[in-house]
Amino acid sequence: MATPVNEQKILIDASGLYYRDLNQHLKELASAGTRQVELHNVCGQRYIGTSLKVPLEIEIHGTPGNDLGAFMDGPRITVYGNAQDGCGNTMNDGEIIVHGHAGDIIGLSARGGRIFVRDSVGYRAGIHMKEYEEKKPTVVIGGTAQDFLGEYMAGGVLLLLGLNGRGEHKANFIGTGMHGGAIYLRGNVEKYQLGREVGAAELNEQDRKLVEKLVVEFAGHFKYNADDILKGEFIKLFPLYLRPYGRIYAP
Amino acid sequence: MKTYLPPKFLVERDAERCIKCQVCVNQCSFDNHYYDAEDDEIKSRTENCAGCHRCVTFCPTGALTVRRNPLQYRDNYNWRPEYIEDIIKQAETGGILLTGMGNDKGQRVYWDHLVLNASQVTNPSIDPLREPMELTTFLGGKPDRLELDADRNLKTKLTPQVRLEVPVMFAAMSYGAVSLNVHQSLARAATEMGTLWNTGEGGLHPTLYKYGKNTIVQVASGRFGVHPEYLEAARVVEIKIGQGAKPGIGGHLPGEKVSAEVSTTRMIPQGTDALSPAPQHDIYSIEDLSQLVYALKEATHYQKPVSVKIAAVHNSAAIASGMVRAGADIIVLDGLRGATGAAPKVIRDNVGIPIELALASVDSRLRQEGIRNRASVVISGGIRGSADVAKAIALGADAVYIGTAALIALGCRLCQQCHTGKCAWGICTSDLFLSKRINPEIGARRLANLLRGWSLELKEMLGGMGINALESLRGNRLALRGVGLNENELDTLGVRMAGS
Repeated sequence: MATPVNEQKILIDASGLYYRDLNQHLKELASAGTRQVELHNVCGQRYIGTSLKVPLEIEIHGTPGNDLGAFMDGPRITVYGNAQDGCGNTMNDGEIIVHGHAGDIIGLSARGGRIFVRDSVGYRAGIHMKEYEEKKPTVVIGGTAQDFLGEYMAGGVLLLLGLNGRGEHKANFIGTGMHGGAIYLRGNVEKYQLGREVGAAELNEQDRKLVEKLVVEFAGHFKYNADDILKGEFIKLFPLYLRPYGRIYAP
Repeated sequence: MKTYLPPKFLVERDAERCIKCQVCVNQCSFDNHYYDAEDDEIKSRTENCAGCHRCVTFCPTGALTVRRNPLQYRDNYNWRPEYIEDIIKQAETGGILLTGMGNDKGQRVYWDHLVLNASQVTNPSIDPLREPMELTTFLGGKPDRLELDADRNLKTKLTPQVRLEVPVMFAAMSYGAVSLNVHQSLARAATEMGTLWNTGEGGLHPTLYKYGKNTIVQVASGRFGVHPEYLEAARVVEIKIGQGAKPGIGGHLPGEKVSAEVSTTRMIPQGTDALSPAPQHDIYSIEDLSQLVYALKEATHYQKPVSVKIAAVHNSAAIASGMVRAGADIIVLDGLRGATGAAPKVIRDNVGIPIELALASVDSRLRQEGIRNRASVVISGGIRGSADVAKAIALGADAVYIGTAALIALGCRLCQQCHTGKCAWGICTSDLFLSKRINPEIGARRLANLLRGWSLELKEMLGGMGINALESLRGNRLALRGVGLNENELDTLGVRMAGS
């Protein structure tokens, strides 16, 4: 028997609340049919939204801790503030929207779902993302990312818009070990910044459509003008080989 | 390039016995036997023989013999044939030499230098045929103390415990490295015998979720097949940091083995290499490890023990202390002789330490720090029989994992060709034609038989020592004595010299 949906938005003051109690509370609310939660004064509590499997809307005011939405499977988390490391770690489905920056390894090994970050992110963003048929994780970053962006990437889409700062991408070792998926950059990078397994190309029609769709969505979340963003130059980074390390072994 | 490599084996066919039925041709997956229609004869490309004995076992008339190639090099203790042939291979390929299974070198096997005690005169031995004998083992952290309320009910909240009827579990072997039929055989046998099997890092096939109560699911650096349902299906969740066969390096499941089915559970494109990074990129410290341990506990509602597996290396004792303090309920040490589906030979044979020494030092260290109760210790890497199990328990292990032994039960002959994906026994392959050779029904029977045999032997050994529960042997190093070991070795193992 399905739990009846509770339309009422629940407000929680998270100040001084231990992460385990906060998450337990969220799990209970979710299984009781709650579909909207607003968390205030969040300060470093880890694992918010971890492993939740219902379409719960979680609004976070403050700074959530590491592993926000880890293994998450359906909820939509909106952060009014910055996210820390491991945001969307091994996420299966759902959405995370960050009105601010995010730390390292955002979307690590994600298997699905979508992440939008208004500003920039740290190291190893989108590392080892995967995809299978319709399951395709997508990470859109308004600013830029640090080194090892898209390392070991096996699927999914990373889009960096280069909006803040000077619109430059300074990351090195981009896409090292990449063997699936695609990275789209607004702005350019030098060849030395790319991993050896990565090729760069102009966008084809299909890429354009995808980028447009994502930019429109991004602009909607963060009140940007999509047309202005789309005026910029985009490039696509893609894996050159399906088996980047196939030839280093003796048969 | 013409290869300078001499054949490893010679295949001899007794012409009088051979009935040209071509069973050997059909069974060989290494392209050794073939039928020459012109001469109406079965012939061999002997250089392709891997020495897996599949043809010998299935030849209906016993016409085949496989012998090591007797080709003699001039005696040279330094330049033994293995080194010469490795150089030839690399001169011809320029690559890293890959291999399968465990270290085959001669580093000392300490189990062979440890002997068990038995009761004589002053305390009676017990006959397990007639008296109850208990092998039941509970994995999971144990509290520092127990509190009871006035009605003698337990007040202390226990961390999740897993009950094993036999202290032997099946080690992590991933779907993709081994076939689905092997997974199914392991899962069924574990369920029947009341123990656990381990998915390895390739995810859990949908048809095997029903064995969840006896399943350990692994979360490794590749994070293949890790999602909430996978974690919830399991009895134990294991974080894999390292593996005895290849400490410190990641894994590359070769693209040849990433079939359509394997690509579904791993969520990577078919035919690509499944790359497991060397470290987990959310774990660069003990604090980070703790973060993942608790992420998994959160994800499983604090209802399942979380295990952390490392390869046994020089600093294992200190690392193990950190692992326990990071919140691991079970710690797994995989030793120098632990096996793999594919690893660089140079790593497999040279990196890591023997499991006996690692176990002894970890157990001692955790005791000294007063935290041994907080986690169970499981070891793996070259457990060959029930005697090794008994000695491991006496040295301080709670339970052991067997991988190689389980595969041998299924037919493996240790030909070390796992990385080629051509396993003629249908074990370490994702080829649908070959993997049909494992019948899960029969496979499960063979594995369950093995565990039953070992259980009976363990009970005999316990009875002989006058002990009626495995718990009384656990960490009881006085039940062991060393033979042929020097003082340092005895000291590290924490056992006394035989006769003293």
